[in-house]
Amino acid sequence: MTLESIVEFLRSLWGLWLMVLFLGIVFYAFRPGNKTRLESYGDIPLRDEDKER
Amino acid sequence: MSSNTDATRYCEDVVKKFVLAAIFWGVVGFLAGDFIAWQLAFPALNLDLEWTSFGRLRPVHTSAVIFAFGGNILFSTSLYVVQRTSRAELFGGRGLGNFIFWNFQALIVVAALTYVLGFTSGQEYAEPEWWIDLWLTVIWVAYLIAFAGTIMKRKEPHIYVANWFFFSMILTVAMLHLGNNLAVPAALFGGSLMKSYNVFGGVQNAMTQWWYGHNAVGFFLTAGFLAMMYYFVPKRAERPVYSYRLSIVHFWALIFLYIWAGPHHLHYTALPDWAQTLGMTFSIMLWMPSWGGMINGLMTLSGAWDKLRTDPVMRFLVTSVAFYGMSTFEGPMMSIKAVNSLSHYTDWTVGHVHSGALGWVAFVTFGSLYYLVPKLWGRKEVYSLKLVGTHFWVATIGVVLYITAMWISGIMQGLMWRAYDSMGFLQYSFIETVEAMHPYYVIRALGGLLFVLGALVMVYNFVKTIKGDVAEESLAPAASGAR
Repeated sequence: MTLESIVEFLRSLWGLWLMVLFLGIVFYAFRPGNKTRLESYGDIPLRDEDKER
Repeated sequence: MSSNTDATRYCEDVVKKFVLAAIFWGVVGFLAGDFIAWQLAFPALNLDLEWTSFGRLRPVHTSAVIFAFGGNILFSTSLYVVQRTSRAELFGGRGLGNFIFWNFQALIVVAALTYVLGFTSGQEYAEPEWWIDLWLTVIWVAYLIAFAGTIMKRKEPHIYVANWFFFSMILTVAMLHLGNNLAVPAALFGGSLMKSYNVFGGVQNAMTQWWYGHNAVGFFLTAGFLAMMYYFVPKRAERPVYSYRLSIVHFWALIFLYIWAGPHHLHYTALPDWAQTLGMTFSIMLWMPSWGGMINGLMTLSGAWDKLRTDPVMRFLVTSVAFYGMSTFEGPMMSIKAVNSLSHYTDWTVGHVHSGALGWVAFVTFGSLYYLVPKLWGRKEVYSLKLVGTHFWVATIGVVLYITAMWISGIMQGLMWRAYDSMGFLQYSFIETVEAMHPYYVIRALGGLLFVLGALVMVYNFVKTIKGDVAEESLAPAASGAR
């Protein structure tokens, strides 16, 4: 088994890697430790108003 | 209000121009659409002139509403939102902004003229000939520079989710435009400047076309307008988006899935079966991000549902998100091969497109404009909220007439095409199916007329708003508990 054949085999599973990447994003987004920080970004458009007045 | 003294100065002059252009092209595009709707009901309206025949006016309508109306509104809102949420002035300033604006408007006029004169590259929704495509590429790169440059000099550390959606729209549209318009100009071989041949032929060309076509829907008319939802719904509701974490998942799910859905336009064609099934599968999976996004938009109002009753602008925005949910339910359903065997090539498809285009894209645009126009011209509110309510109801009835007429006519058409008699012969000739659709074509055209009238009410409202007028009803104190 050469390195090339291993790479070829792993490459054929591209759908799986994309799925793993996507599930990683879901995990990152919903990890309880990230909640406060991520939800605070929702205020970005609203904070703009304060500067104007 | 537009002049910030203490904080960042925003370049709003260009945004204003794009807003006015969007309103103008919107009315032109709606009118063109309604005119060709009447042509379908009464073919005499083709006027026996080549320039006004359905085949030439249809791309004028589709390009005017998608690219002239939709494009200008995407330019205006993206350049507004990216400055606001980055707390940075537009990269390239007025100079670059004006370069994009004037070139884009000139391109629209030139492209429309070539359609009317009978020139087309033959790729649906990408009809302009090769040199107009190159011109658009220059404009788009300038836009990319203005947008990305503004993000790069942002003072806000985080890039707000609306900008992610806008950015994905800009990048994907660039890729789609270049991919679908790969053509060899006939001029290189001594032919006309107005003729080119696509490098792909046959089913490869069809697949490239619908890879482009479906992702024009997915990224131009969905991602870009979702960006507007993620900015203008929270702004108007004065509360943050329901779940920022869901918006991240919404974004990536849309990016991962949309690009694969194109083959559902080619069911039961020469396209290999596996590719058709792939397209169907990814289309069905799109249910999840679409509905996740819809829930995120709608739930932003949780705790403020009374605004739906008191604020007609909010009503536009919320209804648009509801239409988004409805048409993204219908779409995947129609991509199922068994359903598609009935719906394909019928008016049902046309109805589906318009429930998305009128109900979602145009309504979220109207809602955003009713927020944006007073803001840009430094008014407290639009001239008359009452007229916003009028526009809402007139346009909604128009859309409902349109899509219900097309459901009935489309399903009827599909059933008539596949009806056999006891001897195994087709039961109806083609012209009989056309005759049967006539009343629904009239209903559809009437629905379209209402939609145009609603837009004209909006134009009047904006003219008064920009002049600085305030309607009497807004000055009077609230008569009862209604407001």
